[in-house]
Amino acid sequence: MTTLDTDLAPAEPPRLIVFWRRYKRNRAALLGLALFVIVLLMALTAGIVDPGDPLRRAGAPLTPPLTDWATPLGTDQLGRDIFSGIFYGARISLMIGVVATLVAIGIGVLIGALAGYFGGWVDDVLMRVTEAFQTIPNFVLLLTLVAIMGSKIEWITLAIGIVSWTAPARMVRAEFMSLRGREFVDAARNLGVSNASIIFREILPNALPPIVVYASVLMALSILLESALAFLGLGDPNYASWGNMIGQGRSVLRTAAYCAVFPGIAIVLTVLSFSLVGEGLNDALNPRQKK
Amino acid sequence: MTETTPVLQISGLKIALPKGSDRPYALEGLDLEINPGEIVCLVGESGSGKSLSAGAIMRLLPEPHVHVAEGSIKFRGEEIVAKSETEMRQIRGRDIAMIFQEPMTALNPQKTVGWQLDEVLRLHTKMSRKERRARAIEMLERVHLPDPPSAYNAYPHQISGGQRQRVMIAMALSLSPKLIIADEPTTALDVTTQLQILKLIRELQEQEGAGVLFITHDFGVVAEIADKVAVLRKGILVEQGPASEVLNNPQHAYTRALIGAVPALTPPPLKVPSTAPVVLKGTGLKKTFAARGGMLSGKRKAVTAVKDLTFELRQGETLGVVGESGSGKTTVSRIVTRLLECDAGKVEMDGKDLLALSPREMREMRKHIQMVFQDPMASLNPRKRVVDLIAQGPIVHGADPAKARADARRLLELVELSPASASRFPHEFSGGQRQRIGIARALALEPKVIVADEPVSALDVSVQAQVLKLLADLRDRLNLSLLFVTHDLRVAAQLCDRIIVMQKGEIVESGPTAEVFANPQHAYTQKLLSSIPGRDWTPPVIRTDAA
Repeated sequence: MTTLDTDLAPAEPPRLIVFWRRYKRNRAALLGLALFVIVLLMALTAGIVDPGDPLRRAGAPLTPPLTDWATPLGTDQLGRDIFSGIFYGARISLMIGVVATLVAIGIGVLIGALAGYFGGWVDDVLMRVTEAFQTIPNFVLLLTLVAIMGSKIEWITLAIGIVSWTAPARMVRAEFMSLRGREFVDAARNLGVSNASIIFREILPNALPPIVVYASVLMALSILLESALAFLGLGDPNYASWGNMIGQGRSVLRTAAYCAVFPGIAIVLTVLSFSLVGEGLNDALNPRQKK
Repeated sequence: MTETTPVLQISGLKIALPKGSDRPYALEGLDLEINPGEIVCLVGESGSGKSLSAGAIMRLLPEPHVHVAEGSIKFRGEEIVAKSETEMRQIRGRDIAMIFQEPMTALNPQKTVGWQLDEVLRLHTKMSRKERRARAIEMLERVHLPDPPSAYNAYPHQISGGQRQRVMIAMALSLSPKLIIADEPTTALDVTTQLQILKLIRELQEQEGAGVLFITHDFGVVAEIADKVAVLRKGILVEQGPASEVLNNPQHAYTRALIGAVPALTPPPLKVPSTAPVVLKGTGLKKTFAARGGMLSGKRKAVTAVKDLTFELRQGETLGVVGESGSGKTTVSRIVTRLLECDAGKVEMDGKDLLALSPREMREMRKHIQMVFQDPMASLNPRKRVVDLIAQGPIVHGADPAKARADARRLLELVELSPASASRFPHEFSGGQRQRIGIARALALEPKVIVADEPVSALDVSVQAQVLKLLADLRDRLNLSLLFVTHDLRVAAQLCDRIIVMQKGEIVESGPTAEVFANPQHAYTQKLLSSIPGRDWTPPVIRTDAA
């Protein structure tokens, strides 16, 4: 009659399945995922859709959209195909989004983890550095860095990563401060586990969910930052990027708005997809926060 | 009392849970009657649906996820289930009052005690400001708070836990309700305070003639206070009857098992000879938590958690450290394992002073002294599989990972868990099972000493009994030495050969458990022992199917 507490509950389905079930409960997140897949496909198929250089002359300048099937979305004032520009731009945007985010999260996790775990003077020093970065507005710092390093695509990506690590650092620090007092950390210490192991193997996996969610937001922000730079004419002119296209389309905005509108829509949808995916991840990773 | 209408009459109550829960109904067919002047205890383990039944009476269920599916709840003959929200607001507080488990979270920390008492009166009566104040102070007096006028102006954090619970009771009773629902009101309190609060509830309830629905998991408390007892198991009422009947002559197998699991207050005979070698020795331990004041918050006083503590733990012995919250017993367990740096003193093991070792040497020594933590959920990394959790210690200390994992599976069997559960995550286990994993992890390094910090206080009684039995069993088989920290004297009586009684960081009494229990010397020990709820009730010896 009495239930022995050694009887096991039935096994749960694997984590990935549970994760997917929770994720798909959010309709908007599914839309975001679909948009993201589309952008990803565009980036992958750019070479197939238009095997040539996207910056070459493909038709008469300022051909309106839907008039010539060789250039379905029209051409800009130099006769470059907007359609293939958007496909190649997806590559640049995704590349910048992913790499800059990795740089920012990497620096942020390292600094935040050290500051949060050790506390004391380590925390004081690292946080003062973080604050120094935070006092300078993001974009101004980015302009400065690009002005110094030059506007090659690698440097731009790195610079975007460097200006956006402060927020993840603060977040990781807060997570670590609350997690380091937990009993499972004491338990690991009691087993004789070293500090480095505790930070990266015990605490970090538990601190990851909010970081993953923030990473998706960060990707959207990085894409916007690159577009803004390109809009000001500081982007890498050797690549077709959405920001570059808008920047150049600006001068013909009144006569040929489509030059700026199509890449603009691409940016909006991409950023939107990251935000929606981020929200879905949040629901799936922190199921208790919202019921 | 002839033919009075019952204050509360519940019949056939069914509460539905949202889809995908472990069972469709939280409560299935609860029948309960409370007469004026009667205390009815609703007993059950966690997940039995006892708190939800209180929510249903107050109409405070998290609807629509959880809702009353069937049945009726009649309060003084009137159906509650059919009442509108406005009518319910009138009834809540005025006619039915509730006392919560955790008085700190139930009181608003931003407002004074007086303001909160005043609010209750303001909402439900037409008294003037002066009358309300007089009534509030009168209530504070009735719950025996020292200096009621100053308590009236105090903020919740400025008074002690027991006093906060008194304030909650004053709030609950200030409108002379006909029914008081007390949901585990003493669970968060120390034994001595618990006894005072139980007495207070009894006393006031007799004066007011109100009916009380007292929700608890503790049979000691039931023995102390109940007129009638109803036992719930997974939402089903298994037994109901007068307290003396249920406590001493339980009919249902589940009730028998629950009562059989209550540890008796008879300590075991001393079996370790005093000639056994000392494995762990603490001398002159001292720990003060330094005052930390911000620029604006002002300086706080330094708190001495442990002052001048000396103890000896012999091979194969269990040494209990008992005391109420704030006595420094948990600090002791953390100093000994050096999770907390100590201010002064020595902890010797194998002739080495653990506190003087370098961090590297200490990491090496840790395999000899392991710990079982209080909260099995918090102490297991939620993102690691059970087998990795158990094998982690040996791997850190240089064992071959494959062999360590094989040993971990063997250890699971030792703590009576199926080795098939090795690849699961901690959240898939129940509380008692998690604590077994915690014990397996501590054993994996084959330590000389295990420090257990309240290892069973987060568990239900029946599970508690099983885990205690496992610990005692393993200790005897593996000849372990245990340093066992607990606040529960019943648990200490079960397991400990010798005990140390601590008060405010000092040892007030120590000796063989049987002697201390039979003949306590210090006034504080006497007070502790006389405050154990239900100390006059000896659980009947019942043979259960499981035994």
